[in-house]
Amino acid sequence: MSPKLSRRRFIKGVIFSSAAAASGAGYYLATAQSNSNAVVERLLSLNINGRNRLVDVAPTETLAFTLRNKLGLTGLKVACNRGECGACTVLLDDVANYSCSLLTHSIKQKAITTVEGLRAADGSLSAVQQAFVEELAPQCGFCTPGQVMSATALLRANPNPSREQARQALAGNLCRCGAYDHYLNGVMRASELLS
Amino acid sequence: MSFMHIGKDFTPPDVEGKVTGDAKYVEDFQPEGLVYARLLTSPMPSGRVVAIDASEALRMDGVLGMITAEDLPPSTAPANPMLASEDVTYVGQPILAIAAISDEIAENALDKIRVDFEHRPFVTDPLESLVEGGPNAYPDGNVLQQSNSLADENATIRGGFGTIKWPANEIQRLRNGEEPRGVDFAGGWTYGDLEGAFAESKVIIEESFVTAGTPHHCMEPRSAMAYWENGKCYFYGSTQSQSAVNESLAAMLGIEPENLCLISENTGGGFGSKGRSYPIMGVCGHFARLLNRPVQLRITREEEFYIGVARPGMQGWIKIGVRADGTVAAVDVIIISDGGPTGRNSASSSAQHISVVYTPSAMRLRNIPVFTNTTPRGAQRGPGQNEMSAALAPIMDQAARQLGMDRVAFRRVNAPNNESLVYEYQGPVTSAYLAEALDKASEMFNWQQRESQPRQRDGSKVRGIGVGLGYHSAGGSGYDGLVRIDPNGKIYLHSGVGNLGTYSYAGTVRAAAEVLQCRWENCEIVSGNTDRHLPHSSTQGGSNTIFTHTRANWVAAEDAVMKLKEIAAAEFGGSVADYSIGDERVFKTQDSSQGMSYGEAAAKAIELGGKYSGQEYPDDIHPITRRAVEGLAGTGLIGVAKDNLPKRGIAPGLTVGMAEVEIDLETGKYQILDYVGVSDCGTVIHPQGLSQQINGGAVWGFGMAATERHVYDPQNALPANLGFYQAKLPTMLDVPAEMKNAGVDIADPDNPAGGRGVGEPSQGCAVAAVTSAIADALDGHLFNRVPVTADMIVNHAAEIEQESKLLALNTF
Repeated sequence: MSPKLSRRRFIKGVIFSSAAAASGAGYYLATAQSNSNAVVERLLSLNINGRNRLVDVAPTETLAFTLRNKLGLTGLKVACNRGECGACTVLLDDVANYSCSLLTHSIKQKAITTVEGLRAADGSLSAVQQAFVEELAPQCGFCTPGQVMSATALLRANPNPSREQARQALAGNLCRCGAYDHYLNGVMRASELLS
Repeated sequence: MSFMHIGKDFTPPDVEGKVTGDAKYVEDFQPEGLVYARLLTSPMPSGRVVAIDASEALRMDGVLGMITAEDLPPSTAPANPMLASEDVTYVGQPILAIAAISDEIAENALDKIRVDFEHRPFVTDPLESLVEGGPNAYPDGNVLQQSNSLADENATIRGGFGTIKWPANEIQRLRNGEEPRGVDFAGGWTYGDLEGAFAESKVIIEESFVTAGTPHHCMEPRSAMAYWENGKCYFYGSTQSQSAVNESLAAMLGIEPENLCLISENTGGGFGSKGRSYPIMGVCGHFARLLNRPVQLRITREEEFYIGVARPGMQGWIKIGVRADGTVAAVDVIIISDGGPTGRNSASSSAQHISVVYTPSAMRLRNIPVFTNTTPRGAQRGPGQNEMSAALAPIMDQAARQLGMDRVAFRRVNAPNNESLVYEYQGPVTSAYLAEALDKASEMFNWQQRESQPRQRDGSKVRGIGVGLGYHSAGGSGYDGLVRIDPNGKIYLHSGVGNLGTYSYAGTVRAAAEVLQCRWENCEIVSGNTDRHLPHSSTQGGSNTIFTHTRANWVAAEDAVMKLKEIAAAEFGGSVADYSIGDERVFKTQDSSQGMSYGEAAAKAIELGGKYSGQEYPDDIHPITRRAVEGLAGTGLIGVAKDNLPKRGIAPGLTVGMAEVEIDLETGKYQILDYVGVSDCGTVIHPQGLSQQINGGAVWGFGMAATERHVYDPQNALPANLGFYQAKLPTMLDVPAEMKNAGVDIADPDNPAGGRGVGEPSQGCAVAAVTSAIADALDGHLFNRVPVTADMIVNHAAEIEQESKLLALNTF
């Protein structure tokens, strides 16, 4: 009825198009077109913010959904749900990824870091978080967790980036408030705090 | 004047939560028993719901119920209904909502519902409806006949249907840039001797123009969550204000405001779209009551685009007369607004923009808001002013060139000052220093040196520089302030201003801390939840909070100081005139040992009761503030007052933008190489916040100049650009790597804190600077269309006709 083809519907269409799905306790029979008899274990062990978490995950579930709705990690935001904006950015083995565009079952053994996992053990803010506070980088804040994660990924790979490198690294994170200049100032200040 | 807090940076209390993920937005609240609602939206642009068959959906496991227009109070077109039935007026309009125990089940249930529609004619371009024989968006007419003043852009539209048609040849005259003859208009205004002013003009320019409508693209889709307890609704909303939304939402739900608790701690962008309650808030609240369960209504990105309340596009004609000395003598303007299905338009605001920044001696506006079957229209950052600024800048540049004047000097001779009269009623301003802002921007941008250089050509690339002006009225009066000192001496600053990320909810309460001469560390801001006793406040929009609420907080704190002195005088003798405050104590000026701490005075206030601790309060405060004071009564010393300070006229927020662009004539792509924004914002209240508004507004301006627009397929009225990237907002790579900004920092005399807001005009000056720079790079060529897209530049460079029909709207 609705003319839209959301990403969720697209995934549903792919997963269910050729199959009848049956569910059992802890298991889900997912029938992709290429492998009509695959059995997917629903109970996954995910390494999140340094801890192993057991979670029941449907084959169609995005990582953003699992983190927000199953594990209560609501820091990441779902602003577009189709890989356009970066508000859902998390780190997989220290590399920035859009969690709205990853199926949780595809993560396997990668270490997941969300914005909740950046504070030090004593609760103090990370360098990026501290610098973003000092530069008043966020405005409305809805894109901020994603900006923090992209900046963190950059500085873990390159602790002394140029402003242009920082600009490229954060280009996949949209900010409707237009706080780009302040975010860039924040990245450069974080780099100083780390050195 | 030396201030303790004003003009100094501070860390607003919500910033840390934003960088750690602890900040809660609507969708982050998930109470036990929560159910998930999804919308079924219209696949067609115009018609009527004949029948709904949801029997199969409602039989599904996990589905809890459905809500349709039949379950809601009736709505009369052209008001924007919560759910449509009799008048379906755009693709994507919500028809019903269904709730289930999971989002996925609710979504699956939508697929099982059958809706039968009756089709009606539709239209996506105002001029296609205005022409004789053209289709109307509604069966009852094509034009909004407004009964309220055009001047109040925030007024709820009270109007009905009218029908206006123009002969095809007059529509063609408008498209060709000529004045249509002998045609009807829906409204307008005039001042001065227009004919006489044109007669004394040396240069007269006539042009048509068109500006696209644009989506708000708030990062947080306008989701809602609500539940009911004992007849009281607890509503989690994404809003621009507590009190401004509270009353209208209560009315929508059919309850008294005291039976509504509105929780809105953080809002992921509003930009005008969340200033008051909006239809899907009503759907969520009614649905929660119907099901007696907490209901979350999450809006997808696509739905956010559909339900809009976007910026109206406009099609127009303008005639400008300029005297030999460069002063603008006369402006005659026609604006046909794309009102979407709501008729909302900003024509008067567009014309007022001209009256303020160019101060013409005579002026006339004639306008028509035309209904179209596109997204609903409402307020968006600088509604009317900013799109007019964008269209006008290159045209005014041409006037300057014909006179042989520098473009900045031309704007300077027309700039408003403290004596200027503005608007159709030619009223005064509180103060205006636009000339000073132009001087500061010129210096920072090095305008004269750059303007004197030959335009650089590097292969297919050509550069140009531009100047733009922004304006929005920036301040109101008559709202309330509320502060409380508890017996421990802790100071609570209550704010009903919404939290959009401008930090003005925090910046404005610093005016109260200033008056109380207290440590900022000893203050706590109370906001985000109406049950926390918040005063009557304006919406956090219209660039008004800095002026409006520094005043309200100032008078509330003055009330508290007076009470402190009265309590001390009763204890130690003498009159209030004998007492001073400092270091959070009130004491005899001549002998500071005779005094007491704020905490001791607050304990006395509780003993004394009456006005001192909120049992009594001023007669003129708003009922919302009265309830707040009653809730706090007996808990400390209460300072509460309505802002009755004098305000002699419009408080103008004025901005200047200067930009350099480099255009590649082979690809049509252009880069903004450099940008300077300067604001006449009165006293700078919060330097980092000001910088955020000037730069952030500029980013909006760059999007409006280049890529943001509505596009509708005229065959089916389907929106062609639903996402972020299709009506593309700028990314970090679309803006200069560094942007410079500053404030003029001259106090406004009608605000004891001195400040005025500039959030909206910061976009207007930037988009105008870019359209001015593009024209400059192309030897003064006028596209008379915003946005200026790469295709348009390539076509111009190749000397071929533009693809869009002249003045066509909602098109590529």
